[in-house]
Amino acid sequence: MLADFPFLSILTLAPLVGAVAVACIPRSRGALAKTVALGWSLAVLVLSIVMWIAYQVGGDRLQFRESYAWIPTWDARFTFAADGIALVMLMLIAVLVPVVILASWHDAEESNRSVPIYFALLLALECTMIGVFAAADVFLFYVFFEVMLVPMYFIIGSYGGPRRQYAAVKFFLYSLVGGLFMLAAVIGLWVVGGHTFDWQTLIQADIDTTTARWLFLGFFIAFAVKAPFFPFHTWLPDAGGAAPAGAAALLVGVLDKVGTFGILRYCLPLFPEASRWFAPTALILSVIGIIYAALLAVGQNDLKRLVSYTSIAHFGFIGIGIFAFTTQAGTGSVLYMVNHGLATGLLFLVVGMFVARRGSALVSDFGGAGKLLPLLAGVMFFAGLASLALPGTAPFVSEFLVLIGTFTVHKAYAVIATAGIILAAGYVLWMVQRTTQGTLNPVLAEMPSMRKDISLREKVVVAPLILLLLLLGFYPKPVTDVINPAVQATMQDVGTTDPGPTAVVNGKVAP
Amino acid sequence: MENLKLPGIDYAALSPMLILFGVACVGVLLEAVMPRRLRHPVQLTLALLATVGALIAVIVGHDKRIVTIGGAIAVDGPTLFLQGAILVLGLVSLLLIGERSVERGGAFVSQAALTVGSQKDLRQAEGQPGSTEVYPLTVFALGGMLVFVAANDLLTMFVALEVFSLPLYLLCALARRRRLLSQEAAVKYFLLGSYASAFFLFGIALIYGYAGGVQLGQVHDAVTSPQRSQVLLFGGLALVAMGLLFKAALAPFHVWTPDVYQGAPTPVTALMAACTKVAAFGALLRVLYVAFDGVRWDFQPVLGTIAVLTMLVGAVLAVTQTDMKRLLAYSSIANAGYLLVGVLALNKSGLSSTMFYLVAYGFSVLAAFGIVTLVRDADGEATHLSRWAGLGRRSPLFAGVFTFILLAFAGIPLTSGFTSKFAVFGAAVEGSQTWLVIFGVITSMLIAFPYLRVVVMMWLSEPGETTPTVSVPGVMTSAALAIGVLATLALGVVPGPLLTLTTDAAQFVR
Repeated sequence: MLADFPFLSILTLAPLVGAVAVACIPRSRGALAKTVALGWSLAVLVLSIVMWIAYQVGGDRLQFRESYAWIPTWDARFTFAADGIALVMLMLIAVLVPVVILASWHDAEESNRSVPIYFALLLALECTMIGVFAAADVFLFYVFFEVMLVPMYFIIGSYGGPRRQYAAVKFFLYSLVGGLFMLAAVIGLWVVGGHTFDWQTLIQADIDTTTARWLFLGFFIAFAVKAPFFPFHTWLPDAGGAAPAGAAALLVGVLDKVGTFGILRYCLPLFPEASRWFAPTALILSVIGIIYAALLAVGQNDLKRLVSYTSIAHFGFIGIGIFAFTTQAGTGSVLYMVNHGLATGLLFLVVGMFVARRGSALVSDFGGAGKLLPLLAGVMFFAGLASLALPGTAPFVSEFLVLIGTFTVHKAYAVIATAGIILAAGYVLWMVQRTTQGTLNPVLAEMPSMRKDISLREKVVVAPLILLLLLLGFYPKPVTDVINPAVQATMQDVGTTDPGPTAVVNGKVAP
Repeated sequence: MENLKLPGIDYAALSPMLILFGVACVGVLLEAVMPRRLRHPVQLTLALLATVGALIAVIVGHDKRIVTIGGAIAVDGPTLFLQGAILVLGLVSLLLIGERSVERGGAFVSQAALTVGSQKDLRQAEGQPGSTEVYPLTVFALGGMLVFVAANDLLTMFVALEVFSLPLYLLCALARRRRLLSQEAAVKYFLLGSYASAFFLFGIALIYGYAGGVQLGQVHDAVTSPQRSQVLLFGGLALVAMGLLFKAALAPFHVWTPDVYQGAPTPVTALMAACTKVAAFGALLRVLYVAFDGVRWDFQPVLGTIAVLTMLVGAVLAVTQTDMKRLLAYSSIANAGYLLVGVLALNKSGLSSTMFYLVAYGFSVLAAFGIVTLVRDADGEATHLSRWAGLGRRSPLFAGVFTFILLAFAGIPLTSGFTSKFAVFGAAVEGSQTWLVIFGVITSMLIAFPYLRVVVMMWLSEPGETTPTVSVPGVMTSAALAIGVLATLALGVVPGPLLTLTTDAAQFVR
């Protein structure tokens, strides 16, 4: 049967095989490398779509389970399984990677470094990203979580902008620090959980309250750095600003979601009591993140850094959605993870197109660019609107769900977070205005590259994302149907039920 | 009068050590009678054969569990595993030591007694064949290490300590280039090593006074049913431990390490970093687990503090280093700290995970120093960090290999560095030493920075005028590198078989 097909292991391995193949292509055959990489990622996309069809909505919580022996002494296994949350994230990866490969067609050439290696790194990154979402073994998850840093480090460090060295090292060290806290927690979990790494066994484990809180903290720090939540966010603007636009889209679109996904998949079900205990702190950090990052975004003069700050604000929304512990808010959060990947991914790619033409990412170097590039400016405007969650675009649905889901239990946080929406409108519209509207910057008119409006390749890049954003904006049901049961199961693990209008989740309940 | 009875001797169990000592003696004789041009191939072959022969003897006798030769030598699981590890790592080190195609005449001086800077010295630096005494010396050192990890009484242990230390002191002084640095390293190592030996010996005397014997089993019995002053016990334990901690390069007995690692010929540094570490921790494990298990609550916090100190010193000082060999020296100090964390678990998995770590680290560090021997300019090895800038553009293969090794040192998954750290930390949590794990994790973060800095240097910087070339390695260095890298990868991806082996071997006899 289709459901028994080993989708997840093949999806994880396939990009790695592709990466090795592309890396073996000689440096002079850059065009061949690009084509192979694109073809390979499209094949992965097709397989993912088949998997999406094979997924049984309303079936088991974890589907496509596979398990192979790995390190018997520690009972670490190659266990793969996907719930609805992982499934939508896997789809997001499968969609974004070919788009990013196409968008990065000429990125590697500018850096006078090997073109095949760049695309090989992108495919290697896809392998680790799929692996991290598909793993159902804590050890395996940790392995992918850490290995993921290596290709991204080299992408930023070798192919990035002016401050790439600094950004790459900062990115690597921040993530590694978080990861090592998690390592300590993984070891602790393994010892108290009865020497197993199997996720399904571990969620049954009986862990005493204090230990669970410490372990939660270990995992949470890793995920909060990754996501990133305030105050662990400072690496993202540097990394996002220095990375090539395509890689930045993957960085904020997918890599950072590992943090929020990790909280949903590992923190909440494994340590339910600790999750409730830490929820107020996490909520406050999220709300601060929304406002603080939005204010910083308003003040940015670098387009890529600006988009990075908007992402931090959005992660604040995802954060309050998760820690509100209601199904609505949880579903909203997961949906937000997908939509944010699409919307911010699109925004990053469009910004990348502008930057490639202008040779600068500074807002002040633009001005009136819309007069020269009307279509591209239009796409940027759309991407901006999507990312400020305009009704009709997909992020609206998720932001709305998060806010109403939060409002039922934490009115104050929901109200403050709503202010974030207003700020979002501010930073997006002001950015669009300063770059594409107004009087034409005379420098731009003299640049021949600024006269080339959106090319066919770029149209193919933005079209699927725009389409998906509109589609999910008007009809999110196919996605929410998949997400809902998984979120409900997670909320059951935490031990919270959706409130009637008056119920309040008590964060300080004793065990 | 009672008749003297000769103790029973199990020659089969002793055969690995006997083979090495026998061949080393033959090597010394050959040095006297063999024509100069034949010495290098013959001595190298002999040394390699001896090591392989001893390894075969270990493998053949892999299920021996016996205390023999009057209780002086214990052949048990840990002994055999560690002896095997020393021999395999020693074999790879010998490949680096015997390499003569990277530098004309090899890494060693032709006559150690030549005055530095004299005409003769300049001529030998031009490429006269290096001295061949290094091979018997190395084999003696390896033989001493085999006895060291098998010693079942403290006096045998002391003799073994001297047997493997003295050749190492000499080997350190034999560098072909930068000879003053090399001789200074040897003198420092010798002086500090002698102090450590003296402490060790004094400790034995105190223990003898306490237990009435020097066999580990007797000490164990005396510790579990104490009849004499505890002052003797703790004084003795402290002094004995000092001797061992010195060899294992644990803070605050680590200060010799950077100087010696930097000054010694790089293949010898590799030998010390890989094999000496195995031997020192092997003996430490045996002494703590077999003899002093009864006072574990007393020494655990003290040694725990030393482990934390070692990890901190290694990690923090590694950040400030500007020389590759010194950087690797501090990294080896930090790794000694992680190893001690495994030792202090004081349970079966502590024993097995420490043994696993020793092997995994040994292979990685051999590969790392192997690369260092290759990056050179007209004056020999270019070890200053700034000289490595842009190496990735010049020689992507070697820079790639070195990057992989550095990622392993940093503990990134899919390398042996990760699995071995996981093993020792897991054992320590099981042994209720969570605080050590927390410090281990924190120092892992710190030490990732210098490793990463090297990676940045190699890949993200542009090559400069002074970027040295990477020499084409000879067959033997290539083999050593390949073995080191493949082992690092294999132990990271499929650590299962070796973990099973160490778990099965983790049982001392008393």
